[in-house]
Amino acid sequence: MNKILEVRNLSKIYGPGCPLCLESTGPEADTNLCPHCGSVVAIHDVSFDLFEGEILGVMGESGSGKSTVVKNLYFDQAPSSGEAIFYDRDKQHDLFALNAAQQRWLRNHRFGMVYQNPHLGLNFNISAGGNIAERLLMSDLMDYGAIRERAKALLARTEVLLSRVDDLPKNFSGGMQQRVQIAKALATQPPLLFLDEVTTGLDLSVQARILDLILEIQQELKTAMVVVTHDLGVIRLLTGRAIVMKYGRVIEAGLTDQILEDPQHAYTQRLVASAL
Amino acid sequence: MLQPILQVEAYGKHFQLHEQNKLIPSSHNVNFSVSAGCLTALVGPTGAGKSSVLKGIYRTYLPSAGRILYRDAMGHELDLILASEHQILELRRREIGFVTQFLHCLPRQATLDVVAQPLLVLGVSRDEARQRAAELLSAMNLPERLWSVSPATFSGGERQRVNLARGFIAKPRLLLLDEPTASLDPATAERVIGLVEGLKSEGTAMLAIFHHPETTRRLADQVVELAPPPAVEELLKEIA
Repeated sequence: MNKILEVRNLSKIYGPGCPLCLESTGPEADTNLCPHCGSVVAIHDVSFDLFEGEILGVMGESGSGKSTVVKNLYFDQAPSSGEAIFYDRDKQHDLFALNAAQQRWLRNHRFGMVYQNPHLGLNFNISAGGNIAERLLMSDLMDYGAIRERAKALLARTEVLLSRVDDLPKNFSGGMQQRVQIAKALATQPPLLFLDEVTTGLDLSVQARILDLILEIQQELKTAMVVVTHDLGVIRLLTGRAIVMKYGRVIEAGLTDQILEDPQHAYTQRLVASAL
Repeated sequence: MLQPILQVEAYGKHFQLHEQNKLIPSSHNVNFSVSAGCLTALVGPTGAGKSSVLKGIYRTYLPSAGRILYRDAMGHELDLILASEHQILELRRREIGFVTQFLHCLPRQATLDVVAQPLLVLGVSRDEARQRAAELLSAMNLPERLWSVSPATFSGGERQRVNLARGFIAKPRLLLLDEPTASLDPATAERVIGLVEGLKSEGTAMLAIFHHPETTRRLADQVVELAPPPAVEELLKEIA
């Protein structure tokens, strides 16, 4: 098995920052807000590896910084410090040392992202098929007929009715919007996919089918995934390894069954105990 | 005696419960080895930490003390306590199987696919994997009408058979068994014992906990008696 992503000491601070920020925040301080300068230490010193075809869970409650991790890696935001290396076939990309054009290229060709909020992942002014076409165009596919065929195949794969390919996303149910987002993210067959709370807020039966779809896709395409969620059920179902975050820091990392059956940190013990 | 493929030395496990500020001893100073084609049985009273030894080997628990030396298929020896997460995952995929007391599987997946899963991971084709799964399930007397539905609605004994079939299918080098025949009727238990003997003769090393002393007597080549762990105060003295 080969490594696909290596994240080292990733930090993101909102605000001016001061020398006391780091020691005044984190799980021990019980806050991510620096009392001295008012900055928010969203994440600090986050490190992990991801291997090809592996699903890593990032768990934690709201404000733990888990979404910030994937937003940095998908270039939605720039980190304050830290490093991430993406191993792409025979190439290595030092993600935060790339220029904007190079970052955009990776984002369009090699990464995929599915957001909790479909408004972030989809363009609501164009049809479902158009959304996928947009991503295919950005990845240099130019032939109209080929784009249309590929968009249809992707929507069929994610179980969106083909009769709705020309409908606007706003006329879709929440579950269908997530399916279109997944189809769009997969359009370029990226080796690396980020999923940020993709089933949160959906009906249980819809959640189940989306999770099944994600697992099927992972088995078919061997896509490596980083799955951000506060839902221990999703962690248990999808991931092989997981990291637990609180107030921007990684407090525990391990095999998923170990974290759920023998959690080490007081916070993880509380989290697991309250879920079962 | 063959060279052991697993050597457990001074294994210990205790749980630190932060919320209640408690230390719970589970296993203490456990020593034994397991060889290819042999079955080592763990016996002892409830609370002696038998399951905790199996879970420590599989990394479902993080061990607190000792060494777990494993010799892999390539002949390399590594301490499973120190091995990386990816090394453990790779061993779980290729060499070490675990049949737990309860079936953990993906919901909404047909029984045949649940059982075939370990072979798919190894790259066996779906058709062949399902074929092997079907053979095992019929060997275990699980009615064919159940094969295409999810085990979620199965009885305890039916689930146990699915669990065993999934554990046996890839013929692991080391198989951990936690009370595999506890909820089976005598006739089915007899079939399972036959399958365990078959795997043993093909070279699988096994470490097992059996509910019935009779099963231990019939299948074990070696019996390891575990004593309950010492009281917390004793343990604390030792750790300090």
